[in-house]
Amino acid sequence: MALQDVSQDVGQPKVALFNDPKIRGWVYQIVLLVVIIYLVVVGVQNMFANLAAQNIASGFGFIGRNAGFAISQSLLEYSQAESSYGKVYVVGLLNTVSIAFIGILLATVLGFLIGIARLSHNFIVRGVATVYVEIFRNIPLLLHIFIWYFGVLRLLPHPRNSGDLGWLGLLNNRGWFAPKPLPQELFFITAIAFVIGIIVTIFISRWSRQRQAKTGQQFPVFWTGVGLILGMPVLVFLVTGTPLEFDYPVAGGFRPSGGMTIIPEFIAMLLALSSYTAAFIAEIVRAGIMAVNKGQTEAAHALGLRHGPTLRLVIIPQAMRVIIPPLTSQYLNLTKNSSLAVAIAYPDLVSVFAGTALNQTGQAVEILGVTMLTYLALSLLTAAFMNWYNAKMALVER
Amino acid sequence: MKRRILSVIAGTAVLSLAAGAASAATLDDVKSKDSVQCGVSQGLPGFSNPDQDGNWTGLDVDFCRAVAAAIFGDPSKVKFTPLSAKERFTALQSGDVDVLSRNTTWTMSRDTALGLNFSVVNYYDGQGFMVRKDLGVNSALELSGASICTNTGTTTELNVADYFRANNMEYELVAFEKADEVVAAYDAGRCDVYTTDQSGLYAQRLKLTDPGAHIVLPEIISKEPLGPVVRQGDDQWLNIIKWTHFAMLNAEELGVTQANVDEMKSSDNPSVKRLLGTEGEFGGAIGLGNDWAYNIIKAVGNYGETFDRNVGPDTPLAISRGVNAQWNQGGLQYGPPIR
Ligand SMILES: N[C@@H](CCC(=O)N[C@@H](CS)C(=O)NCC(=O)O)C(=O)O
Repeated sequence: MALQDVSQDVGQPKVALFNDPKIRGWVYQIVLLVVIIYLVVVGVQNMFANLAAQNIASGFGFIGRNAGFAISQSLLEYSQAESSYGKVYVVGLLNTVSIAFIGILLATVLGFLIGIARLSHNFIVRGVATVYVEIFRNIPLLLHIFIWYFGVLRLLPHPRNSGDLGWLGLLNNRGWFAPKPLPQELFFITAIAFVIGIIVTIFISRWSRQRQAKTGQQFPVFWTGVGLILGMPVLVFLVTGTPLEFDYPVAGGFRPSGGMTIIPEFIAMLLALSSYTAAFIAEIVRAGIMAVNKGQTEAAHALGLRHGPTLRLVIIPQAMRVIIPPLTSQYLNLTKNSSLAVAIAYPDLVSVFAGTALNQTGQAVEILGVTMLTYLALSLLTAAFMNWYNAKMALVER
Repeated sequence: MKRRILSVIAGTAVLSLAAGAASAATLDDVKSKDSVQCGVSQGLPGFSNPDQDGNWTGLDVDFCRAVAAAIFGDPSKVKFTPLSAKERFTALQSGDVDVLSRNTTWTMSRDTALGLNFSVVNYYDGQGFMVRKDLGVNSALELSGASICTNTGTTTELNVADYFRANNMEYELVAFEKADEVVAAYDAGRCDVYTTDQSGLYAQRLKLTDPGAHIVLPEIISKEPLGPVVRQGDDQWLNIIKWTHFAMLNAEELGVTQANVDEMKSSDNPSVKRLLGTEGEFGGAIGLGNDWAYNIIKAVGNYGETFDRNVGPDTPLAISRGVNAQWNQGGLQYGPPIR
């Protein structure tokens, strides 16, 4: 300590340039970078030289070529007659993103419920939650997927005697044939009403928070929000003459026609991914809540807050800081685990692009490279979003 | 030199893809390993399937044993690598297996763009459809709107697409990576139709809960010439593979069987003599001993014998010779002469 103070007072002693630790550090970094770049370039060159030497086709020319195979679920217009391998990539990517996105939502809701149930004072609720977590956490995911898939298939009837769900459509082992909404001309007004409802609710909640901070008066934001976001559009919808029709599926032939189909592979994959990940999220939530000092609850109670507001305003905001980082890993896991879909024929990116397309073209290096970069990008995007959310939730020091 | 070393390091460390690329002399590799590494299916009765004791059996397996017998005089000097349809070509390209003998269809793109070589056809097949009897369907043309289960990474996916498009029919394709899942899903009622090579249908039907409740429809919608595959750039190895099959065909044509091959060694027929190495130096020309073909027949029998033993009328698959009969019996199997 003392030594440093002295040297600072004296000023930097003169040293030879190559002995300056700062400059040296830079030189090492640059050398390392050059070596890495060189290795990568040489490696890639070498790889292409080897591919050429083995007479294996390479390059990205295949992207525009016609794929010629069918895909059982596509969010875009996909036709095996015309669509290219590029389109196959997009269709597979959308299928991966949709299963991951819906899976994350479902897993989060389920995980939070179970995590909170794990801390319940009710013995049975707590017991059930514990059993759930232990069972789902300790069985490999691939088995979950098979159990759900073949369970779902066995339970559902043959299309000849489809289960009739009334206005929800038909259910059989070819999938859920749901009515397809067909928005009519005036439907856009309802959509606009919905958006306006959301915006107005955001403003009201800001205003009410500020007012409460100043005057202590409360405003029923929740019910106002419900009225604005749900009630107003419904009213508009009715006034404009219910401009929404449904295309109902009709039984007959090999499977029902019309409507929209949710294939059993999607259902099984969604159930498996979300129920499995929910077990991990539940533990994260439990740990997060338990990490909040008991004194916080007592202090809140001492201030006269009831149980609900204590949880909502004191415990959860603090617990979230502990929960979000590991929660992010679970989201990333779920997304990557969705690539197991190929086992049960769900047409995700790995199945249609890194699977069928790879096999038809034989271009393993290009296709696997693109697939890996895609998963990397998906993961980085998820992580970036969660980091932003984390920063927002982080303790604001005042 | 420095560049060379660096590129070697980079090639192996950064991308291990380079491994095996340079090794052209497969026969030398095989001899130094003292066994042939043979890529087979993960279990297709009649073609490559492990029995209760874990021994591999089948037409494709016998072919691998024949290659081992030709090289080492010992059909047991072979190791099997089970491969899914999706994995098989990469495994061969990267040098994990020396030969792929896995009901693989010879197509132009596979033969040209993958750096691989097809050479002979050890089973002429075609794609077919299997359905439940109680579906009441008698022809593939009645299948519009059906759900169809199959394997990814096969010619099947494209054939079925072509067939349904050509006949203006709709369908839903459910494609699994592993054959066992295809069977399970079809058995569970996910699909109306199971499509693959017709031989595969007969084989997989045996795995269903009630094989008798399913029929194979008469239509054959494609040509599926199945045969062994090797890497490009090693003509000697290609010759060994080719002539192993041809030796088995010639043996059948000449009436040489596993049982009589020792007697036949004293035959006066010059064709038999050349086949069994009592005349000429044909084995040496492919880098093997002169008794190469004798060893093959002694070990696995001629083509007809391996066919009958694995897929023929007396097996559970009960497939007749059909187009796989000898050329002089109305079939397509034709062994070029050994001379
Ligand atoms: N011959 C076709 C299809 C070959 C194929 O993979 N068939 C499946 C169904 S018969 C199979 O062998 N399954 C057994 C396995 O995957 O182990 C091709 O070469 O693409």
